[in-house]
Amino acid sequence: MSTQYDLIVIGSGPGGYVSAIRASQLGMKTAIIEREALGGICLNWGCIPTKALLRSAEVMHLAKHAKDFGLKIDKVEVDLDAVVKRSRGVASQLSNGVKFLMKKNKIDVIEGTARLEKGTTAPKVIVKGKDGKDTTLEAKHVMLATGARARDIPQAGLVADGKLIWTYREAMTPDVMPKRLLVIGSGAIGIEFASFYNELGCDVTVAEVLPRILPVEDAEISAMAEKDFKKQGLNIITGAKVENLKAGKNTVTADITDKDGKKESKEFDRAILAVGIVGNVENLGLEALGAKVEKTHVKVDGFGKTGVPGLYAIGDLTGPPWLAHKASHEGVICVEAIAGKGKGHPEPFDASNVPGCTYSHPQVASVGLTEAAAKEKGYDIKVGRFPFIGNGKAIAMGETNGMVKTVFDKKTGELLGAHMIGAEVTELIQGYVIARQGELTDIDLAHTIFAHPTISETMHESVLDADGKALHI
Amino acid sequence: MSINITMPALSPTMEEGTLSKWLVKEGDTVSTGDIIAEIETDKATMEVEAVDEGTVAKILVAEGTEGVKVNAVIAVLAEEGEDASSIKAPKETAPPAKAEESGKDEKKSDDKPEPKTAKAEAPAKSESAPKTEKLASTPLPSANTADGRIKASPLARRIADMKGIELKSLKGTGPRGRIIKRDVEGAESGAAAPAQVGSRPAGSPEGLILPQVLDDRVYAPDSYELKPLDGVRKVVAKRLTTSFMQVPHFPLTIDLELDHLLASRTAINAAAPEGIKVSVNDLLIKACAMALMDEPDCNASYTDQGIAYHKHAHVSVAVAIDGGLITPVIFNAEDKGLGEISEEMKDLAGRARERKLKPQEYSGGTFSISNLGMFGIRNFASIINQPEGMILSVGAGEKRPVVNAKGELAVATVMSVTLTCDHRVIGGAEGAKWLQAFKRYVETPEAMLL
Repeated sequence: MSTQYDLIVIGSGPGGYVSAIRASQLGMKTAIIEREALGGICLNWGCIPTKALLRSAEVMHLAKHAKDFGLKIDKVEVDLDAVVKRSRGVASQLSNGVKFLMKKNKIDVIEGTARLEKGTTAPKVIVKGKDGKDTTLEAKHVMLATGARARDIPQAGLVADGKLIWTYREAMTPDVMPKRLLVIGSGAIGIEFASFYNELGCDVTVAEVLPRILPVEDAEISAMAEKDFKKQGLNIITGAKVENLKAGKNTVTADITDKDGKKESKEFDRAILAVGIVGNVENLGLEALGAKVEKTHVKVDGFGKTGVPGLYAIGDLTGPPWLAHKASHEGVICVEAIAGKGKGHPEPFDASNVPGCTYSHPQVASVGLTEAAAKEKGYDIKVGRFPFIGNGKAIAMGETNGMVKTVFDKKTGELLGAHMIGAEVTELIQGYVIARQGELTDIDLAHTIFAHPTISETMHESVLDADGKALHI
Repeated sequence: MSINITMPALSPTMEEGTLSKWLVKEGDTVSTGDIIAEIETDKATMEVEAVDEGTVAKILVAEGTEGVKVNAVIAVLAEEGEDASSIKAPKETAPPAKAEESGKDEKKSDDKPEPKTAKAEAPAKSESAPKTEKLASTPLPSANTADGRIKASPLARRIADMKGIELKSLKGTGPRGRIIKRDVEGAESGAAAPAQVGSRPAGSPEGLILPQVLDDRVYAPDSYELKPLDGVRKVVAKRLTTSFMQVPHFPLTIDLELDHLLASRTAINAAAPEGIKVSVNDLLIKACAMALMDEPDCNASYTDQGIAYHKHAHVSVAVAIDGGLITPVIFNAEDKGLGEISEEMKDLAGRARERKLKPQEYSGGTFSISNLGMFGIRNFASIINQPEGMILSVGAGEKRPVVNAKGELAVATVMSVTLTCDHRVIGGAEGAKWLQAFKRYVETPEAMLL
């Protein structure tokens, strides 16, 4: 094959395929290389299928509480196979959607595993196809969007075996419903699985090495989440050291030392490792090209440039936050910078305005600085809070557990951060992200009209509360 | 019916240009042939003539705007009898919002740069045309829109207000030239500076000063080494940039014969006590001071309150140091003997190179002298060391053919010097008179003894 591409994207996750579409829109001849399924982890093994699972859990939750809404449902049962089947169906529908988008944008989809070799203007891309044959492709620009995978910690004895000790992959396609489940790590992934399995009737223990769950969130939100999860029956051990995770015949054992130093050997049916992410940097030929790799992540500038001529990297591969929307955004910036050639260039990637969402029950969402981080940065701050119990829609929905917290720079009124917990907050956070992007101040937000009755009114009230002007409390 | 004035093509290949200046404002009446604006491409600046008559109803592209596409509507004329205020800006004509492919094939044969008046046809096109997509966050050089509205984020407005910065004086780097937080935070606070900047017309050189960056897609960050600015470098950069851009300066050059001075120097040094060795530069410093005393109009500084005529000749001497330059001052040079100047200069230059000068030793000069003769530079013009009114640039003394008083061709040691003057303080004649006085002292150094 002797096609000369303008851009070759390696990896078709939300970073890669979005970049390819944008490149095509800008008139670039584009190819995308994928070794597994179009859409990458996000569509096939991450964001989307887990949302499908969590939706089942949510319906389960409502069904169990049908009585509260004046409805009678005699018996609610889980059909695990059907739950998983639905989730896989959603994933495959979306993967087909990506296939269609590639076709529509005239992007060449090449199946296989890519590696790089030194080229002239950009590295050459060698693709090992399903048939084992190598094909060499050339392009003016090559973008790495190979993503990341679950991290093992062998030195602590934390290694997934794919049978009893799961990563997210096995955790979303369970063959049996475990009775006792250990979730190691309480970031978004760990907490979402804990929430899902707990709702479906499993006895779940979450072990977090740090002093609180959802450690990147505002401490107040973490505490509220922990309280709520415990009320739902989740066992949470913070400050926990997990060692000697061993798979037996049908059970998993682990030594868990709690924050007081009390060590206990515990037995579970399954364990999920959710202790972070490592970038997929191996076997790409990065070392030979001289690309800088630090702690499994490729070093790049604000436009995804690796320093190797014609080679770019975006998404999980370049470091945290490991989020699909961060990858897509970086990809678009990178492609626009390539196309712009100095004119009309986009803004470099700014990590300070990336929203983060956890789709557990209750949901958690945030953007910007936590209260503690804002103080640490030396801001003189004012904080607004508003609980869902003061919101009409939340009460009508029976979702009164929740809170919106806003952190402002007292001097300038800049919205430094927003932190939410409760129903639908993952859909609501965007309001604050836009406010931050547009540099709206407390006054602008206070003067904004929020529709009634909506849960979004809690966002307004939180802003008002920062000045002690909340109306409904 | 209103008439659209569009961005003209100055050459068949031109696709976009800079609207550098408006010569009319909203409400002005124009007739056919009037010059209404100046357009700049990377190659040329051209004037735009009006081809219709009417009243300028709306200016749609602020002056100083770069990258205005050919055929984009830049202003709207109201025809006679039409109410200018009732005219609305045509849709989609915000500064170079949309590319218009359509403009290219028209007018190709016509070299004469004249504005196209597409008469309401342009906006219609721009709504349907854009195939060439413009990236959303294209920054524009000026946040000022034609209607006087300043585009700024609420947070930027608040911070500007707190810091006492006029938004008008800022360049927006947000989407479509919007002023955002970082633009205000990067601006200098304090009342005086921004007020001054703000009073300058839009399109003035201020835009050239901020911000100085290397585009990392053009200069790969690993292709050069970045040495952080130290204090000296920062001061030099700032002071010389302001001086060069704000002071209307002009150079005057004159040739001096040095043979007599060189002979005198030999005699002086022969007679001087042990350890004293007067250099040519020391003699020139003294000559400068004497000339300043003879022409006191030239020993002056421009201030907003009036012109300050200095009573003494404090001569700043430019000394190159590692990473910049500094100008130690020989105070009251007119009263000092050559031996004293020589000693003092040796001490100051030595400590300057070690960066050990006290601030009072390198500020307070009334005149500067810079000598590159030792490098063989024949002639150059220095940048005025504000607030001083003049700086003398001294070239190399070299043997040159001259025509002597008898009309014969002879060889003499000749040196060219160039005096850069602040025209707000010093006129051409004053500068010339000073150079004559200086020449007299150099060519007849005995006069310095008088």
